[in-house]
Amino acid sequence: MTPAEAPVRRRLRFGDSLFKGSTIFVSFGLMGLLGAILFVLLYFSLPAWQKFGIWGFLSGTEWNGATDIYGGLPFIYGTLVTSFLAIVIALPISVGLALLINEVRSGWVRNPLTVLIDLLAAIPSVVYGLWGIYVMAPFLNDHIEPILGATLGKIPVVGALFQPTPSAGNMFNAGIILAIMIIPIITAVSREVIAIVPRDLREAALAMGATRWETIRMSVLPYARSGIVGATMLGLGRALGETVAVAMVIGNGLGMSASLFAPGYTIPSVIANEFREATAIGLHRPALLALALVLVVISFVLAAISRALVGGGFSVGLARTMPEEPLPDEEKVAE
Amino acid sequence: MSIVTTETHGKPRSIAVRKFKSRAFEGAMWFAGVLALIPLVLIVYYVLRLGLPAINIDFFTQTAPPPGVSGGGMAQAFVGSAMMVGMATLISVPLGLLTAIYLTEYGRGRFASATRFVAEILLSTPSIIAGAFIWTTVVLLMGSFSAIAGAIAISVLMWPIIARSTEETLRLVPNDLREAALALGVPRWKMILRVVLPTAGAGIFTAIMLAVARGLGETAPILLTALGNDFMNLDPTQPTDAVPLRIYNYAQSAVQTWHQLAWGGAIVLLVVVLSLSVSARFLSDRQQRRLR
Repeated sequence: MTPAEAPVRRRLRFGDSLFKGSTIFVSFGLMGLLGAILFVLLYFSLPAWQKFGIWGFLSGTEWNGATDIYGGLPFIYGTLVTSFLAIVIALPISVGLALLINEVRSGWVRNPLTVLIDLLAAIPSVVYGLWGIYVMAPFLNDHIEPILGATLGKIPVVGALFQPTPSAGNMFNAGIILAIMIIPIITAVSREVIAIVPRDLREAALAMGATRWETIRMSVLPYARSGIVGATMLGLGRALGETVAVAMVIGNGLGMSASLFAPGYTIPSVIANEFREATAIGLHRPALLALALVLVVISFVLAAISRALVGGGFSVGLARTMPEEPLPDEEKVAE
Repeated sequence: MSIVTTETHGKPRSIAVRKFKSRAFEGAMWFAGVLALIPLVLIVYYVLRLGLPAINIDFFTQTAPPPGVSGGGMAQAFVGSAMMVGMATLISVPLGLLTAIYLTEYGRGRFASATRFVAEILLSTPSIIAGAFIWTTVVLLMGSFSAIAGAIAISVLMWPIIARSTEETLRLVPNDLREAALALGVPRWKMILRVVLPTAGAGIFTAIMLAVARGLGETAPILLTALGNDFMNLDPTQPTDAVPLRIYNYAQSAVQTWHQLAWGGAIVLLVVVLSLSVSARFLSDRQQRRLR
């Protein structure tokens, strides 16, 4: 290096380390954000944990501002019931849809279907909620719930889930609206994991004379199973954390009824409804933040599991827009 | 050839039964497809039918009407949404881009995979959590609900989205381009700014559009941080209104005239968010085809 080059080189290096340093700094910031969310929620909810104990808070059923006693169970119950209902409805539809998109070879069905399902994912949750209150809930209340109550409600044990109540807002509504909202995400991820099933496996099954259904059941689904479980976790995480659409249709009732047709309450909706009114005095605010902590820990754990099962990038929407090369028609390959 | 058994232990089934099962399954697939699209059709139909009558000049120029008084509009909510999402974009775009650049251009080893993992985890942050977190930090510190707090809460959600989707785009930039620039003696930072980012330009723009669409539709974080406001407010330190928040409040009120405004707001929100998503998707498909 000649003396004349030295300052130039130093300047180049300076620019490089400054730029690299700032990208590292910001990446640290992103990690700090995760740490800060967990720390702040834990710190501000400590009074509630100390007063009621971890188990006492999680299993407490009383939520009473007048006596300053708070237990989180009604909200945990409502969150779990609505989310599981959503998964039970959404999972078969999503997997069916993902198989349809992968199996149907004609682009004029597949491409519009993919785009439309993505549109469903883009609708803001408040629009779902608005439609849920004024269109879906009245329809379910007047037409679907009486039918379910008169049929499934008569079965001994399961029937407890379908006992009629006069409430317009209920957990059944919330489960249905959540199912609609998570179908796009479970479909998108399942579609990806089904698309990467090796051709050899399918062709082997087809060459043995398997029908399309047998190929899917014996070759495709077993291979894609862990990915579909991961997709379900992602959908479950989305359902647990959904706020406004659920708050608008669930009826916001504290009673933990076995019937899906009774009002319920979820963690996000109680935070949305009560947080602004909670005063600095008493344990109301710490109790709400304790619920927030429970929710965020569950969401992050589910996200970590689903990432381990399917790999990352799916909840963004970009990773899955890669146009796939259409495969030749399977029937022709089989012949 | 039709005596292939489909179960290891079962007895052979006739080909007719197996074909019928396969057909039935195909029918179920199509049924799932139709079932999933019904809500989309119904939502769009009802939003248009109930919202269109609310759309007029007043809707965009007037502020919130008192209960029971017909007319009025959501001007303050449009301005507030634009202000907050605008600020959130200004905050989260540089942060997201720098994170993505770190992950693709510099990141090696444990710290990089940890960062990617954290970005992935943060993508699943429930939106209400962003609100509660920013309330306990920014709103408590400032002593008031404000547009700034709302913007920061939205940024918490937008930052990981922009970081992860930009990262995906930057990965599509061929290494030849990077090596060519470096071989010419261009410093690394200049290579990234002048070669990598422009090549991935459309993809980055797409990532930002998707994040903005998400930010515009969020209600829960704004509920706890910006509070809402019946009047026009341009001061970012004061409580501010937003379209989704206004829809949420109106929908839950008992006032009939407000319901109509809520449906009107839903049309505007739906049109803006859906057109952002559709054009983002279109752009990214084209970009990826070009880079292949």
